[in-house]
Amino acid sequence: MATAQQMAKSESGSFLLKGATLVTVSDGTFAGDLLIADGKIKTIGENVSLPADTKEIDCSGKYIYPGMIDGGTKLGLQEVGNVSLTSDHNEIGDFIPHMEALTAVNPNAVSIPVTRVNGITTALVVPSGGSFPGTAALINLIGYTPDQMHANFKGVVLNFPATGKRGWWDRRSDEDIKKESEKAMKTLDDTWKKVKLYAKIDSAAGSRKKVLEGYNPAMDAMLEVANGSRHLLIEVNKEADIKAALKWIEKSNVNAILTGVSEGYRVAADIAKASLPVIIGPVLSIPGRQSDKYDAAYTNPGLLHKAGVKVVLRTSSYENVRNLPYNAGFAAAYGMGTEAALRSVTLSAAEVFGVADQFGSLEEGKIANLFVSDGDPFETNTNIHHLFIYGRKVPLESRHTLLYEEFLERDPGLEK
Amino acid sequence: MANHCAMSQDVLIKNGTVITITDGVKENTDVLIQNGKIKSIGAGISAGDQVRVVEAEGMYVMPGIIDAHSHIGIDVVNEATAPVTAEVRVGDVINPYSVSIYRALAGGVTTSHAMHGSANAIGGQCETIKHRYGEEDPEALKMEGAPRTIKFALGENPMRVHGEGQGIQPKTRMGIEQVFRKAFAEAQDYETSWQKYNAGNSQTAPAYDIRKEAVADILSGEIIIHCHSYRADEILMLMDVLEDYGVDKICFQHVNEGFKVAPELAAFGASASVFADWWAYKFEVYYSTAYNAAILTKNNVVTSINSDSGELIRHLYHEAGKSQKYGGLTDNEALRLITINPAKQLGIDDRVGSIEVGKEGDVAIFSAHPLSIYAIPQMTIVDGIVRFDIETDPVDMRLDIDPEENMPSFYELDAHDHHRCMEGVFEDLFTDQH
Repeated sequence: MATAQQMAKSESGSFLLKGATLVTVSDGTFAGDLLIADGKIKTIGENVSLPADTKEIDCSGKYIYPGMIDGGTKLGLQEVGNVSLTSDHNEIGDFIPHMEALTAVNPNAVSIPVTRVNGITTALVVPSGGSFPGTAALINLIGYTPDQMHANFKGVVLNFPATGKRGWWDRRSDEDIKKESEKAMKTLDDTWKKVKLYAKIDSAAGSRKKVLEGYNPAMDAMLEVANGSRHLLIEVNKEADIKAALKWIEKSNVNAILTGVSEGYRVAADIAKASLPVIIGPVLSIPGRQSDKYDAAYTNPGLLHKAGVKVVLRTSSYENVRNLPYNAGFAAAYGMGTEAALRSVTLSAAEVFGVADQFGSLEEGKIANLFVSDGDPFETNTNIHHLFIYGRKVPLESRHTLLYEEFLERDPGLEK
Repeated sequence: MANHCAMSQDVLIKNGTVITITDGVKENTDVLIQNGKIKSIGAGISAGDQVRVVEAEGMYVMPGIIDAHSHIGIDVVNEATAPVTAEVRVGDVINPYSVSIYRALAGGVTTSHAMHGSANAIGGQCETIKHRYGEEDPEALKMEGAPRTIKFALGENPMRVHGEGQGIQPKTRMGIEQVFRKAFAEAQDYETSWQKYNAGNSQTAPAYDIRKEAVADILSGEIIIHCHSYRADEILMLMDVLEDYGVDKICFQHVNEGFKVAPELAAFGASASVFADWWAYKFEVYYSTAYNAAILTKNNVVTSINSDSGELIRHLYHEAGKSQKYGGLTDNEALRLITINPAKQLGIDDRVGSIEVGKEGDVAIFSAHPLSIYAIPQMTIVDGIVRFDIETDPVDMRLDIDPEENMPSFYELDAHDHHRCMEGVFEDLFTDQH
C-alpha cells in the first residue's frame, strides 16, 4: 500500500506483451509481440512463445510505444513553485558550468510518478540562471539514487546573450537592453577565450604529465566542451539572437544543440544549413511578439521540421512534464504531423542526446523504456495501461491517482 | 481589422455536426443566427441572399467557450492596498485593444470573466465581457445585463500580501475568516443605519461608504461571489461564514482541494471553477489532483474548467479533454465544463452556454471534434459577428504600423502569461518563474 511519498514498488522480471500494435518509431508500425527480459527488449516478432519465468500480458487491441523523452525540464529540481528552498536549479553566479543538475535531482520528487504515469520515461533536467548555469543531465524516471536514474547524457548549458525584453514587467529602455546584451556578448567572448586558453594549458600540462595548480572547477567543466566531446546546450529564442548564436557557434566550433528557439521558424534555413538540432517548447506558449500570428508557437516545430532541422520537444516544466504528449499533439496538428511529432519525443531526442543505441524506439537490444496504451497517446481520452522503465514494470500510481481513489466516493460522506 | 460598423449579425452555418450541449449532438445540421440571436437549428435552413453562409460540412459547431476565470483585456488586476477593496471595479479598466482577446477568440472563447486578482480577502468587482474584438469603446465589451460578481481570496495570497507584506491582519487562515466576518458585520450595521434613516427614524444620514455599499450588496444577494481558494478547511470556513449571513451565491475558484469537500460543496449549492491540471506551484496546491474536475462532477457540484491565463484560455477545449483522461468524463460532461457550467456560474446561462433557439449567437467552429488534440478552431462568432476566421487571420496583429518602429519587442519569458492573480503586487516574484 502506497504512502505519503512513495508509490508501490516496481517489478523486475521478464514480461511478454502479446498481440499489440507496435509503434516502433524506427521501423514502422505493425502487429506483434514484445518480450522484455534483463531490462531490455529481447524479442519483437509474431507469435513469440512464452519463455519460462515470464509473465504474459495480454495487449490485444492496444498499442506499444517507446517511452517519451522530454528535452528540457526542471523535474526533480523543484518541488513547490513558490517555495524557494525547494528549488535547486538556479544557483548564484554567472559562470558556473560545474553545477551538476544530476546530483541535485530528488529521486523521490512527488512529480516523478505524476509524470511517468502519462508515458514519459526520460527527461533532461536543466539548471537555470546566469550565462553558464551548470550541466544538464538526462534521467530515466525510476531509481532511488541519481546515479540509478542517470541516462548517460550530460550537456553544459549556455544562456546566450538575449536582446529581447525578459517579459511584460521588464521596464528597461531599449538602450539599456542593447547595452546589457552587448556587455553580455563581450563577456561571453572573453570567457570563451579563457576557456580555450585553459584547455590549451591543460592539454600541454597533461602531455608533460604535470598537474595544474589551483582549484578551477568552472574551467574544468568547460574542458570537454572546448574539445567537442561534450555538447553545449545553447538557449536562444529571438531571431536576431539565433543569428548571432549561429555565428558564435561557427567561430567557436563547439558541438552545439540549440534550445528554446521560439523564433526558429524565421531562420529555419540557416539552422538547417548549420546542421544543428533544436529542442523546442513548450509548444503551448503564447507568441514572443504581440504582433505575431496567434499560432506562432504551435507551428514553429513543424516549420523547422519541414526545413530539415532535427526537432526535439520539451515542456520546461517541473510539475507538469506529463503534458509533453499534448505539446507534441499540438505540434502535430499545426503542421508537423503525428509521425514527426512522435519522433521528436522519442527517437530524435535519443539521437540528439547520443543515446539512440540505448532507447528511443522499439528495437531488439534496446533498454525496455515503453508503455502500453489504448490509443494515440497525444489524445486526452487515451489511457496508459502498462509502463516499463529499464524493463521494470512500474505501477501506474501517483499522488494524483491515490487522491482520486480516496475522494471519488468519500467515506464518511456528509454525515459526521 | 474589419470595418466593425458594417458587421452583420446574421450568419447561416450549414451542415455541421452541432454540439448543442443541452439537446444532444445533431449531425448535418444548420444553425441560423439572425440579429445576433440563434433563430433556428435544423436541416436545410435557408436564409436571404444577404446572409453570410458558412460551410461547416465535416466540422463541429459548439457554443462559444466561456472562461470563468480570466484577466485578459484589462489593464490592471490587483488593488491590493487593503484586505477589503470591494468598491473597485475591473469594468473600469477594460482594454479593448488587448491582443489576448483575439488570441482567446482563436481558441473558440467568446466570453470571459475578467477578474480582480487574489491579493485581497475581499477584492474588487469583476466584469463579464464578450470578446467583441474590433470594438474600440471599452464599454462595448461589457456583457450588458450580466449579473454582478466580486472576487474573494483565501489562503496564501492574501496572507502573503497583507500579513507578510504589510504587517497587518490577515496573516493566517484564522485572520482571513475574521476579515469576512468583520466586513459583513460592518456592512450589516451600515445597512441598518440607512434603513433607519430612510424610515425617518434618524435625523442625520449615515456617511455614504461606497465600500460598505458593495459588501451590503453581497449580503443582499445582488452579487455572486467568486472565491479564489485552495485548502479544504478554508473552503469549509467560507461556507460557514456565508451561512451565518444568509449568503448562498458562491462559486469557488481554483478550489484545488474542492474534491476533498465535494459533498459539502454540493450540499451548500456552491459551484467550482478549476484548473485541468495545475498544481505544486504553491504549497497549498501540493496535495492536488488532476482528477478534481471529475470528482466534483461525479459528486454533483456544478464544475467548470478555467484558464486564469492568457495562454491557456486559447486551448480550453483541450483542457476540458483532460477530464476524460483524469476521471473518464463523457464527451458531454467534459464540454459542459467550458460552456453551460461556467455560464451558470456567471449567471448568464439563460443567454449563452448552449446552442438553443433564442440564445445569443456565440458559436465556435472546429475542424474536428473539439475534444481531439487535432481539432483546430476555424471560426468564432460573437453575437452573430465573425470575430475570428482562420481564413483571414492576419499575419501581423499590430493595430497601426509605425514606419519608424524598430522590430516590435520580443518577450523572452512571456510564454505563459499565467498567475496574473498576483500581478501588480509582487512582480519580481515572476521574473524567475521558469
